[in-house]
Amino acid sequence: MSAEATVRRAPRGGLRGRASAVLFRRAWLRAVLLLSAPGAWFVLIYLAALAILFVSAFWRVDGFTGKLVHAWNVDNFRQLVENPTYRTIALRTIGIAAAVTVTDALLAIPFAYFAARLASRRLQAVLFVIVLVPLWTSYLVRVYAWRLILAKDGIVNWALHGIGLGSVDVAYSNWAMWIVFSYIWLPFMILPVWVAFERVPASFLEASADLGARARTTFRRVLLPLVLPGVVAGSIFTFSLTLGDFITPTLVGGAGSDFIGNVVYRNVGIASNVPFAAAFATIPLLVMAVYLAIARRLGAFEAL
Amino acid sequence: MSDTRASRAALAVWATLIALFLLAPILLIVLYAFNPSNVQSWPLHGLSTKWFSSTWHNQEMRQAFGLSVRAALISTGIALLLGSMAAFAVHRFRFFGREAISFVLVLPLALPGIITGMALNSFFAFGGVSFSLTTIVIGHATFCIVTVYNNVIARLRRTQTSLVEASMDLGADGWQTFRHVTLPVIATALVAGGLLAFALSFDEVIVTTFTAGAQNTLPLWIFGSIRLGQNLPQVNVVVLFVIALTFVPVVLAQRLTRDTGVVRMTAGRRR
Repeated sequence: MSAEATVRRAPRGGLRGRASAVLFRRAWLRAVLLLSAPGAWFVLIYLAALAILFVSAFWRVDGFTGKLVHAWNVDNFRQLVENPTYRTIALRTIGIAAAVTVTDALLAIPFAYFAARLASRRLQAVLFVIVLVPLWTSYLVRVYAWRLILAKDGIVNWALHGIGLGSVDVAYSNWAMWIVFSYIWLPFMILPVWVAFERVPASFLEASADLGARARTTFRRVLLPLVLPGVVAGSIFTFSLTLGDFITPTLVGGAGSDFIGNVVYRNVGIASNVPFAAAFATIPLLVMAVYLAIARRLGAFEAL
Repeated sequence: MSDTRASRAALAVWATLIALFLLAPILLIVLYAFNPSNVQSWPLHGLSTKWFSSTWHNQEMRQAFGLSVRAALISTGIALLLGSMAAFAVHRFRFFGREAISFVLVLPLALPGIITGMALNSFFAFGGVSFSLTTIVIGHATFCIVTVYNNVIARLRRTQTSLVEASMDLGADGWQTFRHVTLPVIATALVAGGLLAFALSFDEVIVTTFTAGAQNTLPLWIFGSIRLGQNLPQVNVVVLFVIALTFVPVVLAQRLTRDTGVVRMTAGRRR
């Protein structure tokens, strides 16, 4: 090694070395320095934005000038409760989110059971990729695919016609939204349930069989309770993602298929009533807060 | 548990049906890119690549694509920097509120998209900020940071701290240790997190509708075209292209982090 290189690489010398030594001894200083940038980003931008969202839900827009009036009032919330249209929209959003969650659980549990406990190693690998492929494909692309599939001249009606069953008029309806949401979020349900099935020790099932339980009883009394946290973990995704969506309702829902997200979107854009949009956006937030609290009690966070 | 032969068969059939359900729409949409007609009906009357060149020359589409790539690159850069900083801080030091940090970082992905979008929208309106590439990037970087954070922290947890201590004992200063020991260890996790962040940003619609103003990113262009029923043959071609462009980074990321398996849960999340 040349002398120059030795000097250049001399440790703990010069400003850099001293800074390095100081930082090495004071771990908290390193933590503070490392956290400063991401911390500032999240506090000054994201958390501040969330705070403004809440505060602005209590403001109103002057109907005459269209300007924001920073005066505290609960008119936005009163309108939400009193206007039956908004109540219907909120109930529709929550109802479909619940229906999608139940559907995905029913679709995913037998599949995950097969994948985790019956399939060979090789088949497991194949199934795993099949579950991931939709996750890797753009969300918008998948919704668009379903718009084409369910269309009047799409492949579903072509197939039904081919086997002589006539056609169904499912496009642009609540049914279409239910099918498409169930499809889009299904992988989020399958993965945690699959993991949950894998975690159940074989000895539990043997013990149950030894004690005289039939397969059905073992499934219901032993396996299902142990897998429940996985199902709840999956349901956090299926439920939350459906609650906050407005792309799927816009693309495959009908004229009367507005979600909370659609109203929020219109009030930010065309109608330009941000306080009202903010007030409406607090509903999915409250619902999710309650949902997460329940999920936590059911042990779903360990299964995530 | 002894499953009967009949129940095994029934479960196998069920699994096959679900697998078909998961794959069929994606295979179908790939076919539509080669639809020669400008009417999107099934069955297709032959296959052709006739729409590829007009799509390529669509100026609006090209602009939207350019904006998406720029937004995704800058957001990925910010996410790489801030995400790995947060991961180092949380991994190395025990301090009050450590769990809170992980929780806050994942919030933009865990909360419904309209909340993050609405919040940023009112924030910009409140601050008098007009919509630009910057506002799009701020939105995207906010939910991309967690993908880098998750990947890096998973890698750090699997790496022994003795490596770093050994380097310091041998006389390396903090920077040298970072450059020659830590960075090589986390390199693939950084690449994987970055690729995922890119895919996530490139694909995002909901938050972007609230932070883009009148600008069009590629997903916004696709969304607008589908909603208005315009340029559908070109949308089909772009869709094929988008599938390829989001697929490649995620598959690569998956290969790079086989050991930790972080990719599978954060991959499709956006959403």
